[in-house]
Amino acid sequence: MSDLRDLYQEVILDHNRHPHNFGELDGADRHADGHNPLCGDRLAVYVNLDGETITDISFFGSGCAISKASASLMTDAVKGRTLGEARRLFQQFLALVTDDDALVDDALMGKLAVLGGVRDYPTRVKCASLAWHTLRAAVEDRHEVVSTE
Amino acid sequence: MMSAVPQVATVAPPVLDVERIRRDFPILERMVREHRLVYLDNAATTQKPRQVLDALARYYDNTNANIHRGVYTLSEEATAAYDAARVKVQRFLNARSSREVIFTRNSTESINLVAHSFGRRHVGPGDEIVITHMEHHSNIVPWQLLCEQVGAQLRVAPIDDSGTLQLDELERLLGPRTKLVSVVHLSNSLGTINPVREIIAMAKRRDVPVLIDGSQAVYHMPVDVQALDCDFYAFTGHKLYGPTGIGVLWGREEWLERMPPYQGGGDMIRSVTFEKTTYADLPHKFEAGTPHIAGVIGLGAAIDYLQGVGFDAIAPHEADLLAYGTAALAEVKGLRLIGTAAHKASILAFVMKGAHPHDVGTIVDTEGVAVRTGHHCTQPIMDRFGVPATARASVAMYNTRKEIDALVRALERVREMFPV
Repeated sequence: MSDLRDLYQEVILDHNRHPHNFGELDGADRHADGHNPLCGDRLAVYVNLDGETITDISFFGSGCAISKASASLMTDAVKGRTLGEARRLFQQFLALVTDDDALVDDALMGKLAVLGGVRDYPTRVKCASLAWHTLRAAVEDRHEVVSTE
Repeated sequence: MMSAVPQVATVAPPVLDVERIRRDFPILERMVREHRLVYLDNAATTQKPRQVLDALARYYDNTNANIHRGVYTLSEEATAAYDAARVKVQRFLNARSSREVIFTRNSTESINLVAHSFGRRHVGPGDEIVITHMEHHSNIVPWQLLCEQVGAQLRVAPIDDSGTLQLDELERLLGPRTKLVSVVHLSNSLGTINPVREIIAMAKRRDVPVLIDGSQAVYHMPVDVQALDCDFYAFTGHKLYGPTGIGVLWGREEWLERMPPYQGGGDMIRSVTFEKTTYADLPHKFEAGTPHIAGVIGLGAAIDYLQGVGFDAIAPHEADLLAYGTAALAEVKGLRLIGTAAHKASILAFVMKGAHPHDVGTIVDTEGVAVRTGHHCTQPIMDRFGVPATARASVAMYNTRKEIDALVRALERVREMFPV
């Protein structure tokens, strides 16, 4: 059995209490809204782009500790990266939180690896991935609300 | 000479032998994450006693055959068992006739049946349907669909900060265009017991029929549809310690006779030609196709079980658990109960400062405690109380004070992880 602390690691609790890049980004190039109707989580992701590079990113909204910490960690992870790199991170991240046998590039994942504990709680995978789906919608310039259902 | 001392009958209130009851429910022995299961999600579905599981197995082991029109032994036995269960439901609700008992999949389908068959015939442009702010989505969306189709209006009676229906406001909504009042008996996310007798009386004074959604009520309190004087009563089997996939619509015969069929198909007809089909009598007119025979038989067994235990023993036990739980949760730092009506049952819904309900649900599960988290299919209630979701513990006859203690201990773990 996995211990609760594998899910709620100190890094996650920290990011939940003091999320990074939290707030609206005035005049952002791109933005999308995400909603997890299952638990009522709602968050918006704002992105500034310079060509293919994410120069600035923020998120705003309310949600459980997992979704909030995941959003916060995501903004740290993709800031300054190209869209291609962000896409690859998203793929790796999904593998990390869903696939027991996933070969995850630890160096690439960095702090995102703390969310690996979500694997043992299948109902919480949507919480962890909401911010990422919303980011994808933002960079693809989709305007409908992203839903995890 | 005989003594003149009168014989005084001292009737002790029946006491529920919870330990004996618990032995009837095999799942309660289960371990979850290295803890004995503490099942407190009864408002979502209750666990099933051995007696119900055995009835299902017996049917499939010995009797399985399609009902009606079979002239062989198995089909006759299956038909008899199916029809006997309908009579059990009739007696359970004190309905006048078993012709008034329609088997459906669940409460949702029961309400949709009325929205389709009653609604299309009796509700028109400019007419109004009255519901309350505490309805489950299953008693909101079917009426919205109907209103869209026929150009009618949905009117919503408000609730106060305790989760109590504002009865005078509901009465104000009743007018010449009101065609139906549809109200939940016991709220699944607040625990409020609505004053359905008063609501029905109010509507009757204006000749407005009333549907009661009894999904949560039927396993906590006796229901007598004749005493209530309602027109429709919907409930589902799986909350009544019965199987999933089987529900009931009770309807007053006068209405059911006038309503067109809900679905067409086998079993609901008297004769079919390509030119003209005539429909079967009640209740078959509303039961197209092969029904959930095993489910109906299982529901009958659940009703037998429930009545064997008796509401006079169940109700005081559950009331004790609710009072005990209310007091115990009040001791948890930063916890706020959502739903504090004076008249309520079973439900302890709450939010915790600094901890999202979803995190609460995951953490208490690691202690083996099952509670539901989310909007409980009542998003308007979440909006009314300004919360995205709640955590909800709901008790049934087999729960104990010790299990409430386990919940409170698990919530202390939440508090450790999310301090305030």
